Amino acid sequence: MKASAGGYARANDLSHAMELLASSKGMGRVLAGGQSLVAAMNMRLSTDDMLVDISRISELSGVTDDGETLRIGALTKHVEIGANPLIQTYAPLLAEAVSCIAHAAIRNRGTIGGALAHADPAAEFPACMLALGATLHICGPDGERSVEIEDFFQDLFETSLEEDEILTAITIPKAATDEQQVLLEVARRSGDYALVGLCLVVRSTGHRISLLSVGSTPVLARNAMAQLDQGDVDGAVAALRDEIDPTSDTQASASYRRHIAGILLRRAVAQAIGDIA
Amino acid sequence: MTRIFDDKVDIDLTVNGEPVEARVPAGQHVIDFLRQDLGLTGAHASCEHGVCGACTVQVDGTSVRGCLMLAAQLDGADVWTIEGLSDSETIRDLQEAFIARNALQCGFCTPGMLVAAEELLALGGVPERAAIREHLSGNYCRCTGYEAIVDAIETVARQRAGKVQA
Ligand SMILES: Cc1cc2nc3c(=O)[nH]c(=O)nc-3n(C[C@H](O)[C@H](O)[C@H](O)COP(=O)(O)OP(=O)(O)OC[C@H]3O[C@@H](n4cnc5c(N)ncnc54)[C@H](O)[C@@H]3O)c2cc1C
Ligand code: FES
Ligand code: FES
Repeated sequence: MKASAGGYARANDLSHAMELLASSKGMGRVLAGGQSLVAAMNMRLSTDDMLVDISRISELSGVTDDGETLRIGALTKHVEIGANPLIQTYAPLLAEAVSCIAHAAIRNRGTIGGALAHADPAAEFPACMLALGATLHICGPDGERSVEIEDFFQDLFETSLEEDEILTAITIPKAATDEQQVLLEVARRSGDYALVGLCLVVRSTGHRISLLSVGSTPVLARNAMAQLDQGDVDGAVAALRDEIDPTSDTQASASYRRHIAGILLRRAVAQAIGDIA
Repeated sequence: MTRIFDDKVDIDLTVNGEPVEARVPAGQHVIDFLRQDLGLTGAHASCEHGVCGACTVQVDGTSVRGCLMLAAQLDGADVWTIEGLSDSETIRDLQEAFIARNALQCGFCTPGMLVAAEELLALGGVPERAAIREHLSGNYCRCTGYEAIVDAIETVARQRAGKVQA
């Protein structure tokens, strides 16, 4: 099958992109790295879009140190996240995630904003951002707004982004020197989407646990977090298995996913505490 | 609708060192453009959703999936395909190692495999076999079983690092 696009326009900057989206009469579709969108177009899952190519808007790319937080431009590519010294120091979870995402040629073009907007529950960055407690910065026809990551993912491939809005940046709290960040997952082959994945962030303010591939959105495991805050690892594992509702598919059964999620939590706790010792 | 969006897009780029001007359909991907419009049939279109790697080409110095980039996005780009990389002899040692080690049978995966391998080799040093396998994880080969491909790449890495006589 061959892709069908209604039209194509290259945005020079953010305001140009907003104009293009506004003029597309609801048919506009933001094109960032294209690593999910062009695949969907080739399979005709997405047709007749008026493509607004934002991939060359340099103001939306790069990582900056804002003092308490790191600001990551939506167009920062996976490969750039993996190699960025600020990310490696202050958000090692994201650097870790990059090595789990797809393959080199896809990481060379895929963007972090695209991964979040696409909202694949099996993708790494959405779950990582939940664990890190990110804030998303969004530009729309009426100006800018911010959304907490807990309110962003709505359903399978659905977010709180409106169709005339563009995700411009993500801010995350910078990890303190004693903060631990762990990503563990089970996948059959290198680069495959994980059957289950788990992020654990251990901060002075408490634990944050998120999961990928256990439902229609990435999941923040609040009950397990509360148990870990009390130092009860067994309780956290039990709470985690209880609060997730994974599905069965050709890749893995729901009960297998639930089982593995608990195992990953134990391993993540061991790794985080091992790192402290 | 006004003509803000084009269904045919003008692009001006370099392919294998030669300037190219073209007008491409908005939804055409890079591989169809290279194969059908420019007659560069080395890179293949196979799965067309990013999984197999047969379409891997170099754009602005990095490997990309030709099936997941639109030709319209190539304006100003510097593209290298297996044809150009062969003519310029940039990867001659790698090609010779593939032949010597029988690292191809039908050859369908080979152009993409070579572009992916060259990206790894260009980082310098002698990568571990596991790192070679990891880097090729997005390039499927249905014939060889990969062992010979990994051997060939490892050999070239050693040669280039001056550790083995060519
Ligand atoms: C073979 C293969 C394997 C993969 N494996 C993995 C994996 O293991 N883990 C993983 O996490 N990902 C994986 N991916 C997906 C990859 O990470 C994509 O790069 C990512 O999901 C989308 O980013 P993109 O920049 O390419 O977005 P695009 O494909 O350009 O866009 C995706 C969607 O998001 C919208 N969008 C993009 N940017 C914005 C923005 N700034 N504002 C508003 N809307 C926007 C688009 O309109 C579109 O609907 C894989 C992809 C392929 C092809
Ligand atoms: S044809 Fe592009 S990855 Fe298979
Ligand atoms: S040689 Fe036939 S697919 Fe690799």
